[in-house]
Amino acid sequence: MLNQLQIIGHKSLNFFQRLGRGHILIFDVLKGIASLLPRPRLVVQQLYSVGVLSLIIIVVSGFFVGMVMGLQGYNTLVDFGAEESLGVMVALSLVRELGPVVTALLFAGRAGSALTAEIGLMKATEQLSAMEMMAVDPIRRVLSPRFVAGFISMPLLAAMFSAVGVLGGFFVGVGLLGVDDGAYWSQMQASVDIYDDIYNGVIKSLVFGFVVTWIAIFEGYDAIPTSEGVSRATTRTVVHSSLAVLGLDFILTALMFN
Amino acid sequence: MSTRITEIWVGLFVAGGIAALFMLAMKVSNLSTYKSDQGYDVTAYFEDISGLKVRSAVTMSGVRIGRVKEIVFDKNRLSARVTMEIEGEYDTLPDDSSASIYTAGLLGEKYIGLEPGAGSSDCEELSLDDSGEIKLDEKAGDCKPNNLKQGSEIKLTQDSLVLEKLIGQFISKFLSEDDKKEDTKK
Amino acid sequence: MDDKNTLVKVRNLKFARNDRMIFDGVDLDIQRGKVTVIMGPSGTGKTTLLRLIGRQIRPLEGTIEVDGEEVTTLSHRGLYELRKRMGMLFQNGALLTDLNVFDNIAYPLREHTNLSEELIRTLVIMKLQAVGLRGARDLMPAELSGGMARRVALARAIALDPMMIMYDEPFTGQDPISMGVLVRLIRNLNDALGLTSIVVSHDIEEASSIADYIYLLSGGKVVAHGTTEDLANSDSEWAQQFMNGKPDGPVPFHFQAAPYASDLNID
Ligand SMILES: Nc1ncnc2c1ncn2[C@@H]1O[C@H](COP(=O)(O)OP(=O)(O)OP(=O)(O)O)[C@@H](O)[C@H]1O
Ligand SMILES: [Mg+2]
Repeated sequence: MLNQLQIIGHKSLNFFQRLGRGHILIFDVLKGIASLLPRPRLVVQQLYSVGVLSLIIIVVSGFFVGMVMGLQGYNTLVDFGAEESLGVMVALSLVRELGPVVTALLFAGRAGSALTAEIGLMKATEQLSAMEMMAVDPIRRVLSPRFVAGFISMPLLAAMFSAVGVLGGFFVGVGLLGVDDGAYWSQMQASVDIYDDIYNGVIKSLVFGFVVTWIAIFEGYDAIPTSEGVSRATTRTVVHSSLAVLGLDFILTALMFN
Repeated sequence: MSTRITEIWVGLFVAGGIAALFMLAMKVSNLSTYKSDQGYDVTAYFEDISGLKVRSAVTMSGVRIGRVKEIVFDKNRLSARVTMEIEGEYDTLPDDSSASIYTAGLLGEKYIGLEPGAGSSDCEELSLDDSGEIKLDEKAGDCKPNNLKQGSEIKLTQDSLVLEKLIGQFISKFLSEDDKKEDTKK
Repeated sequence: MDDKNTLVKVRNLKFARNDRMIFDGVDLDIQRGKVTVIMGPSGTGKTTLLRLIGRQIRPLEGTIEVDGEEVTTLSHRGLYELRKRMGMLFQNGALLTDLNVFDNIAYPLREHTNLSEELIRTLVIMKLQAVGLRGARDLMPAELSGGMARRVALARAIALDPMMIMYDEPFTGQDPISMGVLVRLIRNLNDALGLTSIVVSHDIEEASSIADYIYLLSGGKVVAHGTTEDLANSDSEWAQQFMNGKPDGPVPFHFQAAPYASDLNID
């Protein structure tokens, strides 16, 4: 009984310590962004490994999700004779929800885990210590550029996901199932609002990008410097950032669309 | 990988992302139907606007000609003041047009529908001439009807139909009729 | 000892890891311009000592002065300025794996100086020549052997011409030829550039051949110190055991543990 209490106490202490370290870290990382201005190369390099390398999975998933939405939406709407509204349905679900959320989940799996593993291994092989001893702050040189790249990439990837998804829905709905071409676009334009839907969707993806990248670099930097520690940290990145994305999505949706 | 190729890829990535955002804005959303450059504002007072929102559509004959810009409660008149922005190209709406709040479909969005009035004008003036006859004075040339313009107010308004109120009225009407019947029976 | 000639002055150093005392009152003096060797059984905390001097970790108690500055209370900025004047060679090299050999050595130069690429190239090639790896400049760290990686790391540590270099076990993993080269290199760098060297090592022979002064650490304390001859002629059991590599003596071969028999459940 007492032992169990102790375990609970130990775990919650650990949790709060990690939370504290996470907040201190993000503060330092944000401070370090200023030092990147004379070295845009560092960010470009990371935009490549965080953004460009995630491109394929995002575009392909976006197209397939759009096609499935087209198929499912058509089957539901045709019963009400409302298949003209297919474009609205596909576009709204994509820009409001699926675009930001699915992109963030894929991003956590593709780029987040890679960031954690890379930083964790740099720690395990003492590369971060070596930088410190060379009087180079690893937070500024290693973490800040990765954070900025993640924060920039996420909304761009989510926009591509939604855009490609709308095309996927078009391909299935108009191309294969015979929904009217003009109706698909015009109904969509009449119902999708630039502010309510597009802008809020972009805000969501910015928030997700911030949180996922934050978790990824923190887990890497805080990892136990062994192969097992790094592998655990990588798993934690994917699990924690997925949960964070879904939870935040609920909160943001409640704030934005009510 | 050489820096150059990395940079080209990153350039493509950023351009692609911006292009996607642009497509969402122009092709998917209603941004292309915004023409807020040279619109003019008109106001109208409603007793009940429930359900109407800022940026709701303002239509005439079913065609969208503007949007709701602002909704405030006027504490002097104890009613809601709605400011609408009408697109600049629709500058020939008669100033005695009326505004009503409608619902798209049974449970859909609220919007404002304008109906054109007959049009009034200042250019016709009734006057008594020397012989005591009533005479219609026409100022030839620049005789135009008065139109809605920046700052005009639409006087004739009809409120939003609130489903609960409607049902409430319905029920109370039935009830009172029942009461009457019962009264007559007695 | 003369204070002016002391570059690193450690007093009453205490440090613990998971409630286990690693250092329990260590006093050390590292003389300027000398090669000081720190020896001790595996796991006594030699690497930890170097990290404490570079303030990658902070002690529980005690003071560490480097070049007249108190390391333990130094500001962030002051610390980074001091570190520019310290070189450190990590046990496994710790090269940046996403840069090739050339860029690894150029890294501190590019970070801390405004030298032209031309000049940086010249400097890097000179450092590579010094460690005998000029031909390996385009290799990636993954393509180097452990010994080569250590030498590249040495070239990187001396890139900024620091006032002192800390070597963490530089000799392990080197073949006899490059070992001899390294020993001479450390000595020559020390004398030619007027450096101060702290060498952590197990290799009695190599270490004693370059050491001006030796500290023996064990059980969280300095158990013996002196010049090579001092230690060889000392009648301290610690010194005798270590210098002669005897398994029996005051230095236990085993990590602290419960009695063997009780661990095997034999009573
Ligand atoms: N991160 C850590 N967490 C907990 N204990 C540690 C940690 N790092 C080192 N230790 C402990 O500190 C002690 C000293 O470690 P250190 O690496 O300084 O030894 P060392 O003298 O360099 O050994 P070697 O000669 O084998 O390199 C070891 O007993 C080790 O168990
Ligand atoms: Mg060690």
